[in-house]
Amino acid sequence: MANILQTSFLPSTSSLRRTPISGSKGKSQVLQVKAKIREIFMPALSSTMTEGKIVSWMKSEGDKLSKGESVVVVESDKADMDVESFHEGFLAAIMVEEGGVAPIGSAIALLAETEDEIAEAKAKSQSSSSSSSSSSHKSVEEQPKQIEEAASSVAASPTVLASKTVALGSDVHPASEGGKRIVASPYAKKLAKELKVDLGTVVGTGPMGRIVAKDVEAAAAAGTVAASPAKPAPVAPGIELGTVVPFTTMQGAVSRNMVESLSVPTFRVGYTITTNALDALYKKIKSKGVTMTALLAKATALALAQHPVVNSCCRDGNSFTYNSSINIAVAVAIDGGLITPVLQDADKVDIYTLSRKWKELVDKARAKQLQPHEYNTGTFTLSNLGMFGVDRFDAILPPGTGAIMAVGASQPSVVASKDCRIGMKNQMQVNVTADHRVIYGADLAAFLQTLAKIVEDPKDLTF
Amino acid sequence: MHSTSALSFSQATSVPTTNYAFHSHCPLNLRFCGLTTQAFGFSFSTHSASTRLRLSTRAPGHSNKISASPGHNGTPPTSFDYDLIIIGAGVGGHGAALHAVEKGLKTAIIEGDVVGGTCVNRGCVPSKALLAVSGRMRELQSEHHMKALGLQVSAAGYDRQAVADHANNLASKIRSNLTNSMKALGVDILTGFGTIVGPQKVKYGKVGFTDTMVTAKDIIIATGSVPFVPKGIEVDGKTVITSDHALKLEFVPDWIAIVGSGYIGLEFSDVYTALGSEVTFIEALDQLMPGFDPEISKLAQRVLVNPRKIDYHTGVFATKITPARDGKPVIIELTDAKTKEHKDTLEVDAALIATGRAPFTNGLGLENISVVTQRGFVPVDERMRVIDANGNLVPHLYCIGDANGKMMLAHAASAQGISVVEQVTGKDHVLNHLSIPAACFTHPEISMVGLTEPQAREKAEKEGFEVSVAKTSFKANTKALAENESEGLAKLIYRPENGEILGVHIFGLHAADLIHEASNAITLGTRIQDIKFAVHAHPTLSEVLDELFKSAKVKAPASTSSSPVSDPVSA
Repeated sequence: MANILQTSFLPSTSSLRRTPISGSKGKSQVLQVKAKIREIFMPALSSTMTEGKIVSWMKSEGDKLSKGESVVVVESDKADMDVESFHEGFLAAIMVEEGGVAPIGSAIALLAETEDEIAEAKAKSQSSSSSSSSSSHKSVEEQPKQIEEAASSVAASPTVLASKTVALGSDVHPASEGGKRIVASPYAKKLAKELKVDLGTVVGTGPMGRIVAKDVEAAAAAGTVAASPAKPAPVAPGIELGTVVPFTTMQGAVSRNMVESLSVPTFRVGYTITTNALDALYKKIKSKGVTMTALLAKATALALAQHPVVNSCCRDGNSFTYNSSINIAVAVAIDGGLITPVLQDADKVDIYTLSRKWKELVDKARAKQLQPHEYNTGTFTLSNLGMFGVDRFDAILPPGTGAIMAVGASQPSVVASKDCRIGMKNQMQVNVTADHRVIYGADLAAFLQTLAKIVEDPKDLTF
Repeated sequence: MHSTSALSFSQATSVPTTNYAFHSHCPLNLRFCGLTTQAFGFSFSTHSASTRLRLSTRAPGHSNKISASPGHNGTPPTSFDYDLIIIGAGVGGHGAALHAVEKGLKTAIIEGDVVGGTCVNRGCVPSKALLAVSGRMRELQSEHHMKALGLQVSAAGYDRQAVADHANNLASKIRSNLTNSMKALGVDILTGFGTIVGPQKVKYGKVGFTDTMVTAKDIIIATGSVPFVPKGIEVDGKTVITSDHALKLEFVPDWIAIVGSGYIGLEFSDVYTALGSEVTFIEALDQLMPGFDPEISKLAQRVLVNPRKIDYHTGVFATKITPARDGKPVIIELTDAKTKEHKDTLEVDAALIATGRAPFTNGLGLENISVVTQRGFVPVDERMRVIDANGNLVPHLYCIGDANGKMMLAHAASAQGISVVEQVTGKDHVLNHLSIPAACFTHPEISMVGLTEPQAREKAEKEGFEVSVAKTSFKANTKALAENESEGLAKLIYRPENGEILGVHIFGLHAADLIHEASNAITLGTRIQDIKFAVHAHPTLSEVLDELFKSAKVKAPASTSSSPVSDPVSA
């Protein structure tokens, strides 16, 4: 029944698949085209996708394919998807190797109807590849090696960071024999492999000091944010100097967005907020799984609720678009890129649910399983580099939103108060970048004042 | 063993239960009437059939009760107390007893523990309850899956005790169904451990009480099995456990090691990971799920292991496992299966030993009839007749189920029991074990019948025939796509020259229910070229098998007699 469709390939998770008409059942054999050699095209896995990268071929040349069998894994803008065959036949020739990129609709392999046609298909693939764009082929040869190098560079940075924390770790696993043996849970190991974290450098906080998933996540967050690619990647040991490394699909998307942001007239307003009360609250409810990110998102959302204009955006250059919900996007560095998982309705959801949601989003982001609505529905963005001791920075406004807030580290400062005393307070600097077409200086000032009040008296955060 | 029998079993017993309730004097069971009356409209024919069955067997049932207690009331037609005595009231014994009554045999069943045996009390049945929970948890936790269906669900949680109670309640319910069905048919349930004292003679009794001697024309041993615990492993029932303990779900550890990646281990990994545990598999062979068809186990690993919070060690033995004590975790010593060198030490919160099952045949008195067990298993021929130390058949003695080790599945035991009853009532019968399906109730399920591809190829080489393989995917099935559960594969191994089905393996949604089309075809000897004409409702998952049969390329033409088209013409 599936043969009715002309497309030879569709994503496996696809809802695009047409349900067969019951009347056509059984007639499929009759309808089958007496075909020769079919081209397998790079499928369009999302409306925004322009090109796809081959993650891996699940079949090799000469393998027999049956209808519906998965053949290749393709990386689109954000997610990896299995692509399956809609015809039976033999995978005759792979035209784009693993790691290669091809525009949608271009041939990535040839499918021969019978074994005899494999040779013919191979010949065809060679002649067409010489005429087709050579760019994908060039990258094919370079890429796998470079990916490995890039990977090792990312892995190298957490090592540096984590080696510092080893000294701080008091809860050493009794059976780790002074660090000789590593005890990590299955999921922690899996995550470490995915996130390229060296378990030897992670301090376990699980039962009897074992390394659990959250320890790896923490180490990875510390590690990969350092290698955050919004700016040129820092030269770390392991990168081969003098080479040119093409962007991954995600990095390409970041690049396009960054250039697009230049067309928006932005300005910046900064504010210093005292965080003693927030820190105390965090300490109190940390054990319930609440994270600082969730607390900041919650505080921001509550402030936005009072200043809807800061949650608005300018779509067409002629009007305000007041968003109905407050969705806080939080920038997260993931392996080789940057993504902004969204905490939807952050003003309405309670802090515990919000924290759980956040954890889930981060997990999904790392597994590259975020769904479009989970990363592109943000109405206001948070970017926090405080954990690295960055005291202030400024963020680029993501296209399609009205404002972004850059959050620096909270650190003890000597503060003179109005009653002529000098004291010590924890303070953090925040810096909001906004689209001046819709958000004016006074709006931001008022918003920041509200935010400061909420953070300095955070009882509303846990309502 | 964990097997498909749970489902079919409870169905089979429900009808006699209804009968019993109708005619019983026991007020406890009256409530069944109310519950089941609704079903009568649907299953009228079944019910009336079993009513006839009950009437025909009622008389011997009554006389049994009279003769059983004194034991010497034996009057003609035989000089035996019973026609058939079955030692062990598990699924095998129960199946044999029911069939024996149908055949008009005066039957008794001896049980030293609780009726239902492993399957009902510590196996398939309670594990299905836990797996039902894990399946739903998985669905609710898969936000991606829910969203794809357009559903919104807030965070899913569970109450451990309530889950454990569900499993326990299910076991008691099935157990009472089983007991009632046997009582209703007039099977005597004798309580105590049965021991064979001589030919056609069994004694039974509780520990510390005097034994009662009974005689029977034929005796079936159906004592089943217990979890097998390898040397060096200390089971404390709390942190180092077997399936017996795990099914009580007394706690859900953060991290549990499962020794063995067969059916039992795999099913428990499904339960534990759904409830939030992380799992480490320890497998002695070089790959996980060694008993399955290689292609199926590869796919199963991709779906059931890799994306879950599971890691594994293969090619290693757990040579020493110490339970958690004195503030120390469970410690597992791993030894390389080939080099026998110490390989690794694991520290986990709990360990589940799922290394298979050992026959429960100690104390059966086999020495009295000079039968020597082989690794505990009772040696039998293909008709389940017990073989003694000299290689001779022991007259009137049979052994079925896990105790003979032929195929350690509940429904296989039952089938063997039925086969034995056929033989003792004068009809020769040899059970085809290759037609017995097996299933693993993970999410999605795995099921199989017949040979795996390597087994088929080996056999083909030896016997000189051709083997072909056909495959279909659940991804092309409308119903699977509607359910958003399109991960799956069905595989058919067959002989192209005559269309004989050698094996079918299914991995996918409701695979355990789908396999029966194939197993029935094997039992009845239906060939692919004929079954191709069978019509499947659209859209259903069964079309996966429909497509599978249709995609097979058989050289032999369809036999005209079974062609549905020719029948009306000739009639």
